[in-house]
Amino acid sequence: MLDPYLPDEVEVLERIQESPTIFTLRLAFTDPEIQARYRFQPGQFNMVYLYGVGEVPISIVSDPEDEHLIDHTIRAVGRVTQGLALLGKGARLGLRGPYGRGWPLQLAEGRDIVLLTGGLGCAPVVSVIHYILRRRERFGRLTILQGVKHTDDLIWRAQYEAWSRLPDVQVGLAADVGGPGWFGQVGPVTVLFDRVHIDPGALMMMCGPEPMMRAAVQELRRRGVAEEDLWLSMERSMHCAIGHCGHCQMGGNFVCRNGPVFPYPEIQALLGERGF
Amino acid sequence: MAEPGFLPRPRFRHLLAALTAAGYRCLGPKVRDGAIVYEELDSADDLPRGVHDHQQPGAYRLQRDDSPRCFAWANGPQALKPLLFAPREILWTSAAGSDGAIAFHPQMPEALPTAVIGVRACDLAALRLQDQHFLEGPFPDPHYGVRRGNLFLVAVHCTHPAATCFCASTGDGPRAESGFDLALAELDEGFIVTAGSPKGEVLFGQLLLEALDPAQQATADGEIAAAAQAQQRTLPSRNLRDSLFANLHHPRWDDVAQRCLSCANCSSVCPTCFCHAEMEEPALDGSHSAHYRQWDSCFTEGHSYIHGIVIRADTRLRYRQWLTHKLGSWHDQYGRSGCVGCGRCIAWCPVGIDITEEAAAVCGGDHA
Ligand SMILES: Cc1cc2nc3c(=O)[nH]c(=O)nc-3n(C[C@H](O)[C@H](O)[C@H](O)COP(=O)(O)OP(=O)(O)OC[C@H]3O[C@@H](n4cnc5c(N)ncnc54)[C@H](O)[C@@H]3O)c2cc1C
Ligand code: SF4
Ligand code: SF4
Ligand code: FES
Repeated sequence: MLDPYLPDEVEVLERIQESPTIFTLRLAFTDPEIQARYRFQPGQFNMVYLYGVGEVPISIVSDPEDEHLIDHTIRAVGRVTQGLALLGKGARLGLRGPYGRGWPLQLAEGRDIVLLTGGLGCAPVVSVIHYILRRRERFGRLTILQGVKHTDDLIWRAQYEAWSRLPDVQVGLAADVGGPGWFGQVGPVTVLFDRVHIDPGALMMMCGPEPMMRAAVQELRRRGVAEEDLWLSMERSMHCAIGHCGHCQMGGNFVCRNGPVFPYPEIQALLGERGF
Repeated sequence: MAEPGFLPRPRFRHLLAALTAAGYRCLGPKVRDGAIVYEELDSADDLPRGVHDHQQPGAYRLQRDDSPRCFAWANGPQALKPLLFAPREILWTSAAGSDGAIAFHPQMPEALPTAVIGVRACDLAALRLQDQHFLEGPFPDPHYGVRRGNLFLVAVHCTHPAATCFCASTGDGPRAESGFDLALAELDEGFIVTAGSPKGEVLFGQLLLEALDPAQQATADGEIAAAAQAQQRTLPSRNLRDSLFANLHHPRWDDVAQRCLSCANCSSVCPTCFCHAEMEEPALDGSHSAHYRQWDSCFTEGHSYIHGIVIRADTRLRYRQWLTHKLGSWHDQYGRSGCVGCGRCIAWCPVGIDITEEAAAVCGGDHA
C-alpha cells in the first residue's frame, strides 16, 4: 500500500515578494518523474511541509498546463507560513497533493463568470483569472469583484487596473475603509453588485471571509443566479487533507476531500451556523 | 461454514495454543487497575474468571464471585480501537542533508499477527466503521491497514450488558452477527464455537470440538436474548440526523454545556471516534524530524483552530459538534450512525453525561 501521508521533496525555483507579508514560492519536485506525473485542477491545494515544523494546506495558483512548476502564494501568519517566508531559491520542502475538488471550470465554459474575493488577496481566485484570460475565447464576460478592509490591503493593484482595461472584463473594488488615491468604492463588497451588470446565467466563484460570501450569495440569488451556479471555496483546519483526521469537518462534509470548493447547495444548511 | 461445536471449559487453553501455533500473539481481557483491559494472555488463567462489572453514568467498578465464567462482564474503557488506530504513532520521518536536501522515510508499524479474544458485538460494529473510515476511502491508510490485516478476532456474544449499554437499540448487539473469525457463546461448562471466516474455519478444525447438545444452544440463545431485554437505555431512533440538525438552537445545548467539562474522555473511549492531530517532533540537533499522529478530540480548542480563529470556542459548540456528528452527520459519511451503543462515553464521563438522555432531550422537543 502506498503511504498517502508521505510527502515528496520539492525545491524552491524562485521566490517572489508580493506584499510585505505575502510571497509566492515557485516549486518543482526534485524527482523529475514525480514532477512529470503531477497534475492538478485550479482550486485544488497541496500540503506543504516545512522541515522540522509541519505541514499546511496551500492552494495551487499556477496554470495546470504549466507542467514544470507549482506556484503557491502564501501569507505569513503563523509557525509554518512564517518559516516558509524565510526560504529562498534552492531551499527544499516537502509536498503532497493535489487534494480536493477544484473550481468548476468545465461548467464555466461558454458562460459569463463572476469572481468574488475578499480579505487579503485571495490567491486561488486570482489564479482563475489568469486561467480564463489565457483561454479567453472559451468564456463569456468576466466580472472581477474584490473587497478589502483597508485600501492598503489590495495586492496586485496594478494587475486590477490592467484587467479593468481589457475588453469584456469588468472590475469592481471596494474597501471598508477608504484612503487617499483609492480608485474603488467604499463599503462592503456587496455595494459592487449595484455597479456591475450580472447576467442571471452567470457562474460565480468566490473565496474569502464567510460573512462576505453569504452576503454575496444573497445578492446573487436576488439577481436570479441559480444556487448551483454559486461556488464557494471554504477554509477549515486541515491536518491530513485525505479525509482521515477529522479536523476539517463541516457537518457531513470533509472540506479537504468533498471541497474545498463547494456548490452552494452542498453547504447551504450549515453556512453561517456558528460552530460548524 | 461448519456447524457450531462445543469446547469444554478445561480445553479453552487449546484455543490459545492453536492461535499461538498459528503464529498469533493472543490478547484478551484481564483486570488491571480496577478495569477490564485487553492485554497479552499468557494462559487461560489470566482471564477475569468470576469478574463482573457495575457501570453507571460516571461510574465503573468490578466485583468478583465464584462463577466459572470468564466473559461475564460488559466492555471496559478500550478494546480494539487502540490496537489498530494507535493513540500515538509515527507516520514518517525526514532527514536533512548537509546540502539542504530532505529525505523522507516511511515508518510502517511492526504489526505482529494478533488474535483478540473476547471481542464484543458493539466493538465489531465499531471496527466495521473504522475500517470504512481508514481503509475504504480514496486514500487507504497503510498504518491502520497493516495492523488490520494481521488481526484474528475471537468474538464472545454478550450476556452481561451494563446499565450503560444500549447496543440492542442501535442494532449492533448483544449477539456478534458478523465480522469475526471465531465466535464463542460462553456457558458454565464451556463454549459454543462458531467459525465466521475462512481463517476462522481453519482454526475451528484444529480445536477437536465436541458435538453440541441442542439444549446448550438454547441456553446460550436465551442468555443473549435476555441480555438484549435487560438493556435499560435506548436512543430515540437509529437515524437522528434530521432531528438533530433541525434542533441546532435547542436550549438543551446550553444546559449540557453547563455540565460538560470539555475533557474529551468520551471521544477517547468511543470506539468509532477517529479524529487525530498530526504533529512534528524535530530532533534537537536538527538532523532529522519525526511526523506523528495522535488522537485528538472535537472537545479541544486546537481541533477547530485556523490561524486566528477557533471555530468551536466554547463547550456548547463542542458538545453539539460531538453529538451532531456521532448521531447525525455519520449518516452522510458512512451510511449509519457513528454510535454502536457501547455505553463507554456514559460510564467514563466524569460528570455522568448520558448520550441517550441528551439525544432524547434535543430531539424530543419541538424547538426548530
Ligand atoms: C484548502 C486551503 C487552502 C489554503 N490556501 C492558502 C493559500 O493559498 N495561501 C495562504 O497563505 N494560505 C492558505 N490557506 C491557509 C493556510 O493553510 C494557513 O494560513 C496555515 O495553515 C497557517 O499555518 P501556520 O503554521 O503558519 O499558522 P499557525 O496559526 O501557527 O498554525 C496553523 C495550524 O497549526 C496548528 N497549530 C497551531 N498552533 C499549534 C500548536 N501550538 N500545537 C499544535 N498545532 C498547532 C493548527 O491546528 C493549524 O492547523 C489555505 C487553507 C486551506 C484550508
Ligand atoms: S457514542 Fe458513546 S455509546 Fe456510542 S459508540 Fe461512542 S462511546 Fe459507545
Ligand atoms: S461529555 Fe463528559 S466525557 Fe465528554 S467532554 Fe463532556 S465531561 Fe468530558
Ligand atoms: S483535513 Fe483531515 S479530514 Fe480533512
